Amino acid sequence: MNEDELSKMNGSPPDEPEPDLLASLVPAKVADSLDGDEVAAEDQPAFSRRQFLTSLAVMGAAVGLGSQLVKTPAASAATTTTATQPAQATSRTRATLPQWTMIMDLRYCNGCNDCTTACQYTHVLPKDITWIKVYEMSNPDGQSYYLPRLCQMCEDPPCQAVCPVGATFRNDEGIVLIDQNVCIGCRTCMAACPYESRYFNTEPMPTVPKQPFPPSPEWPVPQQMNTVGKCVLCAADLSKGMLPSCAQACGMGVIYLGDLTSDVAVNSQGNAVKLSQFVKENDAVHLKEELGTNPRVWYIPGHGQDWKDSY
Amino acid sequence: MSRMTTYERLPQDDPERQKLREAAIRPMVQKPGRGYKLLVGVLGILVILALVAFYLQIVDGRSVDAYSNEAFWGLFIANFITIVGASYGGAVVSAVLRLVGATWRAPLVRIAEATAVATVIVGGAAIIPSVGVPGRMWEFIARPNFSSPLIWDALAIGTYAFASIVFFFLPVIPDLAVAKETMGDRAGKTRTTIWRWLSCRWNGSGRQEKLLGRMMTILAIMIIPLAVSVHSVLGWAFANTSFRPWWSEELWAPLFVIAALYSGIANVILSLAALRHAYHLEDYITERHFKSLGLLMLPFGAAYLYMEVADFLPGSYHGEPGTAAVFKQLFVGSYAPWFWLFIVMGIVVPILIVSMRRTRKIGWIVLAAGFVVPTFWLNRFLMVAVPATYDMINGSFGTYAWTWENIAITLGSVAAVPLILLLIFRVVPILSVTEMENMEMESLAQEAEALMHAGNGNGNGYVQREKALEGTYRPGATDEFEEEDDFARGEEEE
Repeated sequence: MNEDELSKMNGSPPDEPEPDLLASLVPAKVADSLDGDEVAAEDQPAFSRRQFLTSLAVMGAAVGLGSQLVKTPAASAATTTTATQPAQATSRTRATLPQWTMIMDLRYCNGCNDCTTACQYTHVLPKDITWIKVYEMSNPDGQSYYLPRLCQMCEDPPCQAVCPVGATFRNDEGIVLIDQNVCIGCRTCMAACPYESRYFNTEPMPTVPKQPFPPSPEWPVPQQMNTVGKCVLCAADLSKGMLPSCAQACGMGVIYLGDLTSDVAVNSQGNAVKLSQFVKENDAVHLKEELGTNPRVWYIPGHGQDWKDSY
Repeated sequence: MSRMTTYERLPQDDPERQKLREAAIRPMVQKPGRGYKLLVGVLGILVILALVAFYLQIVDGRSVDAYSNEAFWGLFIANFITIVGASYGGAVVSAVLRLVGATWRAPLVRIAEATAVATVIVGGAAIIPSVGVPGRMWEFIARPNFSSPLIWDALAIGTYAFASIVFFFLPVIPDLAVAKETMGDRAGKTRTTIWRWLSCRWNGSGRQEKLLGRMMTILAIMIIPLAVSVHSVLGWAFANTSFRPWWSEELWAPLFVIAALYSGIANVILSLAALRHAYHLEDYITERHFKSLGLLMLPFGAAYLYMEVADFLPGSYHGEPGTAAVFKQLFVGSYAPWFWLFIVMGIVVPILIVSMRRTRKIGWIVLAAGFVVPTFWLNRFLMVAVPATYDMINGSFGTYAWTWENIAITLGSVAAVPLILLLIFRVVPILSVTEMENMEMESLAQEAEALMHAGNGNGNGYVQREKALEGTYRPGATDEFEEEDDFARGEEEE
């Protein structure tokens, strides 16, 4: 019994594929060229009201197990579409989940630190905790360039391997998160991270305005003292179709949010590109690729080359 | 005769033995003098201060003890490695000497093993202030991630701590009987109760003695790989975990093991010297022990120096950016005075002291050990703090500041070690009486055996051996002939 027969029996036509979160931001011409996994896209049902309510309920129940929030749509989709082949269905739907990445177009970065400020404002962090930090780097030639460093969202994160209690995990969308209700604050992950992107909350956090949700790994606001925190790629905002706060704040359009599944990347200036092509054409690199952590953040090297042409 | 315990076999009224037993229980019966009270008071205050500081840092955050995002590991990790390392010396020295059957070990094993126990307890506790949320440490058991080196660290140290406590406790059991006998009414009610609990129904039968001996051998064999694993895992907690320069060295595990042995033996020397002086054990713990321990330090010191060179030379030679930056910081940078102080006072000077016959005296050896222990703490601090403050993105170094809280916690954990030692010797005899008497028996028996085989011209070596085993033989006694006759007659009558 295939998918069509199943839907005939149920008396309803197959659901329309879910519009990709980024698709609305992408011009039609680009979107056409972004032919993803078609089979997977057809199997993906709409996110029904019932599922939404279910996920809300789960969200409420699973405070502190916030990964559930992300897993719920995928899991419920799997149960509704293919009761006959659950394993295959899970993998197919997981393949349609966005796989978030970032591209840092260093050619435009002017070191204004707006991204840092915005991040600290959004997550209510003290001054010395810089989840995104703009380093001023210098070449051997004496030239300098700016390097915004945030969590590289490694595919093989060393921080996850060394955490003695498994507080660090990687969710289905490829975002490395910390469960601060579990973290014991041993800081081994800080030793493991080759990008210095983890921060220990050494002091009581500033007073936090009332938040819509209790703190979860995706939205760890307020931070817990004596535990480790880091960039979460604004995971809670991504599902609302918003750019991370650093990308939003970047007036130079340096920071692109990308999705490997739909192969799109966009920045705050409305510039949407085909990710794979953009990365390839501009010789993008990862930081410390030789360490084998498989980071998901690309850096397009350079400083100031295309400054005047673009904006 | 085989049913008699060693203790019963020995003449009870021998003044030498009485003296030994009195010495062994001296810490329990000696009236606390002013010095003792002062010492305990100061140590107690230090420990209490440390607890206050510990509370403060939980409430106010780890910034009160100098942790920042530039320096995420530091003092407490160094304390932990140093104190656990110090315990290694006691356990391994005692185990190795037991296995090779060095009879001279008997007077010092009790103090060495007690030092191992005190330091492993304090060392294990010393990691707690370093953990951000100590209340969640139960998660080590509840939700362990076995790919983390830290879990193996905790497992290894837990096992080792348990083993070293058992290793200390087993030979104590027969000594409690001796102590009870010797103390008589002087043992208070509390102490008698504790002894009853601790003595595990020891009645000194041959079977129990045999079992005890066998268990001690097994434990002595076990404790050596255990201790090696503990310090290797400590090294791997850095080397496996991190890409940081200098931490990610293959040499770190053996470096930790050798450092622990070296500084651990020094620690045993220090506690031997202190307790010997405090409780007047000069008759039992002699210059010979200090010399032997000093000489035992020598190869480990030399090995450490060699491994330091092996560690530093390739890194400095090919000048990989991170490693070169860290090594430069050590050799000529802001940490250079401390680093060279460690190399000179921690390795070179102690090696010179113990290797020259002129300075191989108690005072000098204790001085050398006194150099080794603090400088190895310094070394561990450098090993932890310098790579931790290194920024792997732009190669700069963060600062590590000192606060009174972290100094208080450090001093408190150091003070806790002698405090626990003093407490232990309020209950447990300070000398392993049974073992010392056994050793004496053994040496007498060996002597008699030799006499039996060689003959002393009278053909009565066998008799002397028997007498030695009965404890009545004294070398140099002149009445062998009569004794032999008595013995022969006795045999006939039976």
